[in-house]
Amino acid sequence: MSAWEPVIGLEIHAQLKTRTKMFCRCPVGYGAGENTQTCPVCLGFPGALPVMNRRAIEWTIKLGLALECQIAGQAVFARKNYFYPDLPKGYQISQYDLPSCINGKMLLPSAEGDHMIGIVRAHLEEDAAKTVHVGGRTGRIGGAESSLVDYNRGGTPLVEIVTAPDLRSADEAKRFLQLLRQTIVELGISDAEMEKGTLRVDANVSVRPVGSDELRTRTEIKNMNSFNFIARGIDAEVERQIGVWESGGEVEQQTYDFDAATGALTARRSKEEADDYRYFPEPDLVPVEPPAELVDALRAALPESPAARIRRIEPALDLERATVLVTGGLDKLWDDSVAAGAGEVAAANVIANALVGAGVDPAAVSPRELARLVEARERIPRTAFDEAVAELGDPAFSADPYLAQEAVSDTSELEPIIQRILDENPGQVAAYRGGKEGLLGFFVGQVMKETQGKANPRVVSDLVRGKLNV
Amino acid sequence: MIDTLRLTAEEAMGLLERREVSAADLHAAYLDAIGRHDDELHCYLRTCDEPGGDGIPIALKDVISTKGIETTAGSRILEGYTPVFDATVAARVKGAGLSVLGKTNTDEFAMGSSTENSAWGPTRNPWDPSRVPGGSGGGTAAAVSAGLAPWGLGSDTGGSVKQPSALCGNVGLRPTYGTVSRYGIVAFASSLDQIGPVAKNVRDVALLYSIIAGRDPLDSTTAELPEPVELPEGDSLAGRRLAVPRQVADLEAIEPGVRASFERTLDVARELGAEVGECDLPVSYRYGMPCYYLVAPAEASSNLARYDGVRYGVRVDGATFGEMVDRTRDEGFGPEPKRRIMLGTYALAAGYYDAFYGQAQRVRTLLIREHREALDGFDAIVTPTSPTVAFPIGDKAADPLAMYACDLLTIPSCLAGLPGLSIPCGLSDGLPVGLQLIGRQFGENGLFRIGHALEQAIGFDTVPERLR
Repeated sequence: MSAWEPVIGLEIHAQLKTRTKMFCRCPVGYGAGENTQTCPVCLGFPGALPVMNRRAIEWTIKLGLALECQIAGQAVFARKNYFYPDLPKGYQISQYDLPSCINGKMLLPSAEGDHMIGIVRAHLEEDAAKTVHVGGRTGRIGGAESSLVDYNRGGTPLVEIVTAPDLRSADEAKRFLQLLRQTIVELGISDAEMEKGTLRVDANVSVRPVGSDELRTRTEIKNMNSFNFIARGIDAEVERQIGVWESGGEVEQQTYDFDAATGALTARRSKEEADDYRYFPEPDLVPVEPPAELVDALRAALPESPAARIRRIEPALDLERATVLVTGGLDKLWDDSVAAGAGEVAAANVIANALVGAGVDPAAVSPRELARLVEARERIPRTAFDEAVAELGDPAFSADPYLAQEAVSDTSELEPIIQRILDENPGQVAAYRGGKEGLLGFFVGQVMKETQGKANPRVVSDLVRGKLNV
Repeated sequence: MIDTLRLTAEEAMGLLERREVSAADLHAAYLDAIGRHDDELHCYLRTCDEPGGDGIPIALKDVISTKGIETTAGSRILEGYTPVFDATVAARVKGAGLSVLGKTNTDEFAMGSSTENSAWGPTRNPWDPSRVPGGSGGGTAAAVSAGLAPWGLGSDTGGSVKQPSALCGNVGLRPTYGTVSRYGIVAFASSLDQIGPVAKNVRDVALLYSIIAGRDPLDSTTAELPEPVELPEGDSLAGRRLAVPRQVADLEAIEPGVRASFERTLDVARELGAEVGECDLPVSYRYGMPCYYLVAPAEASSNLARYDGVRYGVRVDGATFGEMVDRTRDEGFGPEPKRRIMLGTYALAAGYYDAFYGQAQRVRTLLIREHREALDGFDAIVTPTSPTVAFPIGDKAADPLAMYACDLLTIPSCLAGLPGLSIPCGLSDGLPVGLQLIGRQFGENGLFRIGHALEQAIGFDTVPERLR
C-alpha cells in the first residue's frame, strides 16, 4: 500500500464590517427586525442601481496587501447570473476575471520550516440574503413547504480569498485559517467569526501518492462552521478518497456537506454544479481604478503580520506557544510584559492559560502589573495568584495586595503538617517508596489543601520528597 | 383658451409667468385633450388628476419610476407595481416644478419600434391612426404631437426616442451616454439606455435636457456636463460642417420619399451656409445591427432576471420555487422580452461568450473609433432618422427582423454612446420624415444650434394635418 498526500485549497468568505452595504447605504449589522435594513437597491427594485462602497474597496486592497497580492490597476465587477430567492436581482455582483487582488502568498510558520501558501486571488462581492425554508426534512429549498427571505444581509460586502492547493494536511489547513483569521481581524476589516457566519470556509480536497506532482480530481466540502469541523471534514474526505483510489475506484468531482454531529459527508445533487453563470461585466458600474498613492498609503500603514510576529517571538518560546499567543491576539501583552521584566516562557504560560482561562481581555491588562505577578507566582499562595489573574482586567488593578500574601515557605511551620499527612497515609507512602513517584503530587496537594493554598508548593514539594526519600 | 395642439413648453411657461393661466388650468386643459383623443390614440397608460407642481405639465414614459404611481414598463409582469421612489429624472422634473400628467405607453420593457409590443395595447399615430407611432416611446411622441402633453420624456436604447419622434413629427434627443441618470429607469440594456426629451421644437428639448442632465451620485455611469446647456438661437449655419455617411446612398431600406425629404433638407442646410461633406462608417452600417442585437439582449436577459414573482409585480404560484419563477415569467412576459431573453442568454452562455458577446464588444470598440474619426473635421453626421415613415399597425408585427431594421440608422451612434437629435424635416405621403443629427460626446449644444437653425428654415408644422 502506497502512502498518500492530501492536496488542499481553501475558499474563504469574510463579511466586511463596513458601516453600510456594498452597493447601497443600508446599514450592515445583526439583530434588526427582518427586512428592516433594506432599500430599493438591495431589494432589486426595477431601476435601482448599485453604487460602490469606497471603504469596502479600500479594505479589500488592504487585505490584498497584507496577503502580498498584486493590486489590480483596474478591477471590474461582473454579474453572476442565477435564480434563487436570496438573490433579488437574479444576479450577484462580484469581481470575476479582473479581481482587485491576485498572486499573493501567506507565510505559514511550521515545525518543518516556513511554508508559503499561495493566494490565487482576493476579490470583492455582495452577500446573498438569508433564507429560511419551512417544512420539508432537509432544511433546504427542495421539499420545503415555503421559504422566507430576510434581505437584511443581502448586499453586505464580502471578500472571497482563494488559496492555491498548497496545504498538505487538515491540521495545516486549520493553522492557516487561524492565522488568516487573525490577519483579517487585526486589519480591522471584519469580525471574521465562524459561529456568526461572518467567516465561511469551503475546502477543495484531493489526494495523490506521496512524491507525485499530479493534481487528481478534487471535491469540495461546504457547511463547516468551526476550524475544528473543517479539520475533521477534510480528514474524513481524505480518508474517503484514499479508500476510493485504493479500492480501484475513481474520485468524482462533487460537492459535499459535512455534518459535524455525525461526521458524515453528504453529496449534493451534481446538477447544482452544472450551472452556467453567464458572467459579463456589470454595466451599471465603472471599473475600480485605485490611485497609486492610495495603494501606497495603505501599504505603508500595514501592521506587522501575525506570521512575521510568530517568527519573531518563536526563538524565545517555541512554535506552538508563539502560535497560540499570536493567533489568540495575546502576543502584544506578552511582548510588553516581557519588556516589563517577566520571564519569557512563564509569561507566555500565564497569558495563554491562566489569563485566557479567566476570560480577561488582554488589551485591558497592565503589562507591568502582569509582569510583577508572573515573577511572584511561586512565592505567593496559589489562591492569591488565581484571584489576582481574574482581576487583571480591572483598570485600577494593582498587584501589591496579592504580592503581600507571601506563601508559607517556613519549613518549621510546614514540617509538622507534612509529617502528619505522611503518617495518615501509610499505604501511599509505601507505594511511593515502591516506585510510584507520581504520588508526590498527591502529598503536595494534601498539604496545599491543609494550608488552604497558602503554602509555597515548591518548598512543600522539596520537603515531602526529602522525607519520603529517607 | 389654451391651444394644446400648438402651445410649446416655453410658451406655456410664459403664460404661467405672466399669470395668464394657472398650473391647474394647464393641467386641466391637457387632461381635457387626453379625454377627447386618447381613447383613439392610447398614448397614456394612466393619468394624474391633480397637478403635482406649480409649473407646466409633462408626460413620462412608463419605464420611469414614479413614487406612488403604478409603473409597468408596458409589461403584465409589473401589473400593480407602484414604486416607493422616484427615478432621478422624475425627481428632477418635479424639482423644477413640472407636474406629471401621466405615464405613457411603451413597447414592453422598451423592446420594440412600434409600441405594438405593449401588454396594454398599441398606441396609434396622430397623423394616421391606422399607423404606428414608432417605438418604443410611441406613447410620449404621439402625446406631444396630438397636443396631449407639451413635452415628455422617453428612453432610448437603440432609437426609442429618436425614431418615434421622427414618425410623429416632433423633436427628440437621445443624449450622450452618461449625461442623464438612469436611476429608477426600468432597465432594458444598461450600457445603452438613456433618457431623452421629446417636444415640439429644439428649444423645448434643450430646456428639458437642461433640467434632467448632470451627474447623479445614484448612477455611477453619469458625468457632469462639461458646459452648461444653451438654449439655441440664430438661423445661420455659416461655418458649420455636416457629414453624410457614404453608406447611406447604398441603403436600400431607405424609402424614396424619405430620401427625397432628406436631400431637400441638405439643400436647406447649404442655403443656410453649411458645408455638406462625406464621412465613412462602413463597420457601423454593416455590423451595427448584429452587434446591438447581441449586446442589448445579453444585458436584457440579466436585467429582466429580477422579475421572479418573489417581491413585487405579478406572481403565479407553483409547487416549487423554480416552478413559481417559470410560470410567473411565462405568463408575465410577452413574446418580445422572451425572444430577447433567449437571445441574450445564448449570447452569454459559456462557450459562446467569446464568439457572441465578446465579439460584439470588440465591434463596439471599432464603432466608437469609427464615429470619432468620421466626426473629425465635422460638427455633425446627418442621416434620415428612420428608413421609413410610419407603417401600418400589424405590418411588421409578425416579422421581428423587419421590425429590428427600423433602427438601422439610429443604432450605430447609440452603440458609440453619442448624442443624436431627430428633427422633423418634411412629409412623405403626408407622413413626417425625421432628420438625425449625430454629434460628438457632450456635443448637445452644437446639435441644438444646428437643429434650431434648420427647424426655422424648414418651417415644419408639427400639428398633424387631420387635427389642424
